[in-house]
Amino acid sequence: MIITKKDIPSFLDSLRNNYQVFAPVKQDNYTTFKAINSGSDAVLDYGNSKIPPKGILFPQTEELFRYKVDEKGTHLEETIDKEQKVVFGIRPCDAKSIALLDNVFNNNKYKDPYYLTRRENTVLVGLGCNEPQNTCFCTSVDGGPFDTTNLDILLVDIGDKFVVEVLTDKGKDLIKAANCSDASDSDKEAASKAKADANVTGKVNIDGLKEKLDNNFYDEIWDYISEKCLGCAACTYSCPTCHCFDIVDEAEDCDGCRVRNWDSCMFPLFTLHGSGHNPRPSGKERFRNRVMHKFKYFVDVNNATACVGCGRCIQNCPVNLDIREVLADIQGSEARSVS
Amino acid sequence: MQGIETAIQNAAKKLLAENKVDVVIGFENGSQPLRSTPVFIRKPEDAEKLTWNYTCENNLANYLRKKDQKIGVVVKGCDSRSIVALMKENQIDRDKLYIIGVPCSGMIDRKKVADIVEGKEIVEAECKDDSLVLKGRGFEKTISIADVLHRSCAACSYKNPVIYDEMVAEPVAEQSEDYSDIAEFEAKPVAERRAYLAKELSKCIRCYACRNACPMCYCEQCFVDCSTPEWIGKSASDVQDNLLFQAVRVFHGAGRCTDCGACERACPMGINLRILTRKLVKDAKELFDTEAGVNMEDKPALSTFNADDPQPFLVKE
Repeated sequence: MIITKKDIPSFLDSLRNNYQVFAPVKQDNYTTFKAINSGSDAVLDYGNSKIPPKGILFPQTEELFRYKVDEKGTHLEETIDKEQKVVFGIRPCDAKSIALLDNVFNNNKYKDPYYLTRRENTVLVGLGCNEPQNTCFCTSVDGGPFDTTNLDILLVDIGDKFVVEVLTDKGKDLIKAANCSDASDSDKEAASKAKADANVTGKVNIDGLKEKLDNNFYDEIWDYISEKCLGCAACTYSCPTCHCFDIVDEAEDCDGCRVRNWDSCMFPLFTLHGSGHNPRPSGKERFRNRVMHKFKYFVDVNNATACVGCGRCIQNCPVNLDIREVLADIQGSEARSVS
Repeated sequence: MQGIETAIQNAAKKLLAENKVDVVIGFENGSQPLRSTPVFIRKPEDAEKLTWNYTCENNLANYLRKKDQKIGVVVKGCDSRSIVALMKENQIDRDKLYIIGVPCSGMIDRKKVADIVEGKEIVEAECKDDSLVLKGRGFEKTISIADVLHRSCAACSYKNPVIYDEMVAEPVAEQSEDYSDIAEFEAKPVAERRAYLAKELSKCIRCYACRNACPMCYCEQCFVDCSTPEWIGKSASDVQDNLLFQAVRVFHGAGRCTDCGACERACPMGINLRILTRKLVKDAKELFDTEAGVNMEDKPALSTFNADDPQPFLVKE
């Protein structure tokens, strides 16, 4: 099937009747996913969003429940967001990140109702990457610019129209509202060409990385590898797979709500014990944990690397601490091959 | 710039070879166009990694607090002011520091460059004298470097280091200070100012890159991290809390902030933080005739008083 680019705004407007529609929009000089009020707000010629769309399913700040205690007792009201959602124009790396988050919020030990309800009610419409950015390295971490993991629909840009690949029943239902026509042979050819031409130049070598990390916890490389790191959360908050959170009560007396906020392992407070002891007392231990979590612990638990190669941490780091160089250094300097 | 780069490399090599320092902190080429990155050089033969160009934007004074090692550091005008301010706060031992001073012509603001190329990705960037040649997919553009300097650099009146052990080049011409940008903001009605700040702070993701990039932000426990009492809400969705965070951070820097712009450069969301920090710099100058870190003699604004202070609450009945 194909849909022309000029038909996209009206398609999105028709979806808005039944769904909350999230799409990339321009804000100042960056792009970010927002719930749109008009189909024409969506900007689909973008590199990638500044902050990943994971926040649509796992918001940075999320009210879990409200509570009130009065003379009649305790009143609890859970806040479950049941709204039907479409994420339109999500990049394949970010869609793949949601598959990784599913491991965290939906496993045999715990099922997170807040995340899962949103997840079940969300349709993911992907947009393949004809022109990967020079910070991208998805192909090194089991992804690709047209990877369909987790997507319900994939759009392939062939100029003034998109070739629509419907991948699931959810996708089939959604596309009914669109003014699609059949893809001609030349459209299909153009889509194949776009896929073949998309060149991800950034590379990391993760062969044997997990085995290295299994054994190098006390290696002196950790003393130096993050020496320039400032210890902020620009990397973790812009990472589509980071999922750590903190839970706080926001209350006045007995009237309040319990809130879940993103947290970052790069902060000292993340592991500070009530006793005052901190098992990760300096940037060295904190940075090591971030690398270990993505490339070892997550692999141990879920058999998948918790990095999708979106490159946001590279773009957003205030001191250009490049994860590709960090991994190359861990592998041994001969493996360094940052483009 | 090439001459400066060679001079920095030679100075670093000599310091390390003669064991005068344990490490030299400077810049090396970054992994992206228009980026340099801080580097820690420990062997004389590695000194050739050191670079100098229009993208050495980080304030390296941030790496110098409470260090036991003997450190050589490559320092711009703004970095040097932070070093002076930190020495006055007993955070840096001058005897263990060797300052390689570099006259600075300003650093390139990648966000301004991104605006000029309408957000298109830059694959290659090359500085040629006063201009910058940008190349990307299907475009090539030459722009003037002066048009894309960080605002803190464009307004800088301390381009030459105020303290150094050696200077690697002749000083550059200084310009007089100009606070017209802040005066213009001050002249706006309260509601307009409030609306502008609310719009800017609505972008905040509480990554605290601003705080961590600031050489003067070194509290062992930041007030935002306190839970008893909880001075500030932890949720990023509350613009008032984001504003409170910045307001307290900025007030804590009053009379200490050197207007280096490190906070604004570090912000991944491009929030205009200098509208706040620079306002306090202007206030410190106008109300107390003080500027942070411009010489070793002046007492820090917050640890001195004047018996003739026009504000009578302190010393006069």
